[in-house]
Amino acid sequence: MNYTHSIAIVAVVALVTALLRFLPFIILNGKRKTPEIIVYMGKVLSFAIMGMLVVYCLKGISFSAPGSFLPELIAGAVVTLLHVAFKNTLISVVAGTLTYMFLIQFIF
Amino acid sequence: MKKLIKSSFIKTLPVMAGYLVLGFGFGIILENNGYGVLWALAMSAFIYAGSMQYVAVGLLTAGASLITTALTTFMVNARHLFYGITMIEPYKKSGKLKPYLIFALTDETYCLVCQKSEMAKKEYLTQSFLISLFNHIYWISGSVLGALFGTLVSFNTAGVDFAMTALFITVFVEQWKSTKNHIPAIAGVVFSVICLLIFGKDTFLIPSMICISLFFTLGKSVVEKGDAK
Repeated sequence: MNYTHSIAIVAVVALVTALLRFLPFIILNGKRKTPEIIVYMGKVLSFAIMGMLVVYCLKGISFSAPGSFLPELIAGAVVTLLHVAFKNTLISVVAGTLTYMFLIQFIF
Repeated sequence: MKKLIKSSFIKTLPVMAGYLVLGFGFGIILENNGYGVLWALAMSAFIYAGSMQYVAVGLLTAGASLITTALTTFMVNARHLFYGITMIEPYKKSGKLKPYLIFALTDETYCLVCQKSEMAKKEYLTQSFLISLFNHIYWISGSVLGALFGTLVSFNTAGVDFAMTALFITVFVEQWKSTKNHIPAIAGVVFSVICLLIFGKDTFLIPSMICISLFFTLGKSVVEKGDAK
């Protein structure tokens, strides 16, 4: 392993990641008022992002075999139903995850 | 303050479960590839981006060029640009906390701080800071423990990473119930799925972001009509 190069890789990943996080604040900040279009985008994007993230997490599913989409579908439904019913994040996440683990380890 | 620490801690519990396990997994992979505990510590402290760190192990072992590294990081993490745009207003006037709040804005932290709260601005910012810090600690602890003790674990943890998916689903549900205008949420899902089908799972995020941004900009009047209903 080439130490210097490895350190450089880690540094570049850290820098680019930080840059992406800071960029909107750097460009659109300052003392002046946030432009109306950005306030609007900020509002609507916050809803769209979560949809995009859920799709991002489920990107690996395929409909080629029941085992490659049913666990996600069933566990996802468990999370949604529990969350609509109890609105308790911890319960929804723990129950959904246990369901998923059980399904992929013992059923499919 | 004590109350705020406690309530922030409780909010982070689902992330704690996910980060400890995912961080642990990261530490194991790193260790298996010849990078020990110091690398785990440094990467989790300074990069602090879950999925990207997994990708970074591949870059390290392949000895990827710095250009490739920069481009890959940009592709995988471009979604953070969106988080920034939505957090400009909430994180305004956060003073000394601001650099850390922005640095530590991971997917999961974003999930917890983006939810509308009735609390006063100052309290909200302190809470956001605590949430960011707690999550960062879980992530670092998980990866360090994984690098140190990964080889000793024998129980089957397959599927535990679903905790993150589950967290995103709960936030999606809460956001859905918080508004009558479902156009933005539906647009997010629909454009992502379309781009996933067209571009494939490795490259669909950036096209999705472009489609979503264009839709919201060009269709502003249509999207805002949903508010009036």
